[in-house]
Amino acid sequence: MNINNFKPAIVYSIYIASTPEKVWEALTTAEFSRKYFSGFAVEVDLKVGGAFVARAPDGSVHISGEVFECDPPRKLTITWNVNWPGLVEKLGPTLVTYEIELVGEAVKLTLIQSHDRPIDDDILSGGREGWPAILSSLKSLLETGKALVIKMQPPQRMLEALKKMGIGTP
Amino acid sequence: MRKPEFVYVTYIETTPEKLWEALTNSEFSKRYWFGTDVKSDWKVGSPFALVTNGTTTDIGEILEADPPRRLSYSFHHVTTEESRKERPSKVVFNIEQHGNFVKLTLTHEGFAEGSKLLDGISKGWPAILSSLKSMLESGTALAIPPSALGIEGLEEVHRS
Repeated sequence: MNINNFKPAIVYSIYIASTPEKVWEALTTAEFSRKYFSGFAVEVDLKVGGAFVARAPDGSVHISGEVFECDPPRKLTITWNVNWPGLVEKLGPTLVTYEIELVGEAVKLTLIQSHDRPIDDDILSGGREGWPAILSSLKSLLETGKALVIKMQPPQRMLEALKKMGIGTP
Repeated sequence: MRKPEFVYVTYIETTPEKLWEALTNSEFSKRYWFGTDVKSDWKVGSPFALVTNGTTTDIGEILEADPPRRLSYSFHHVTTEESRKERPSKVVFNIEQHGNFVKLTLTHEGFAEGSKLLDGISKGWPAILSSLKSMLESGTALAIPPSALGIEGLEEVHRS
């Protein structure tokens, strides 16, 4: 897989009163991710080729992938494949990049979701809805010590589009 | 091909009323919006202006005002001759209660293809709205130097 073939489909930046090291830790450890990411535990072997998984609160692996770029505390690129039957076959892999940069006394965190083929807006709506909630909560956690437990509706528009493509959705 | 527009969503632990106040009162905007005054009486049809260090950077007109749910204004960046030639765009703030939090959706739309301003506002809004969220949740806005955002023409206004 050549990550140079991937083009950004979703870009979201958020500024956080924190340090690059703390933002990196929040993105890469289960202890933090459970608080801001709907109870999901992020586990990542922080080296190129290392494994990445996000476990649902029941312990099952919901998202899995591999590390492609790892430059702590500046840049992490991983594949982010939701484990629904047929998803990767039909959509190709999803690539997620986090860029972390010190700007004045704040940290700029940029999330980039990329794909190696054009992806329908209906399918991208899932990420467009989800990332702002996850990253708003992460920002609150780092700044106030308290994540936002945001109740999200299931991403119906995305789920219906995936179903139409014959992808096994819950 | 997506429309030339910028959409930004953030969730804030606050009330719609406090968020409305923060968007429409200079006492607050100065703190999170790089010292910017937001000037208007917030009635539909009234003039709107952003003023930084005595320089008017943007002008417009209030298009919708439904406190504390929805605010929109036309937006014409007037600091350079080039920006004055661009057609006015439109800013919409949508404020929704979402459980215990408030979901703020900013849509800045109506740009011509290849708009220079679209590039600038795409860099500016995430910093402004992140700082607004910090101010409402922790009481302290973010210390981000505007010059670090890489927006052309912004530095002169803030240097004066």
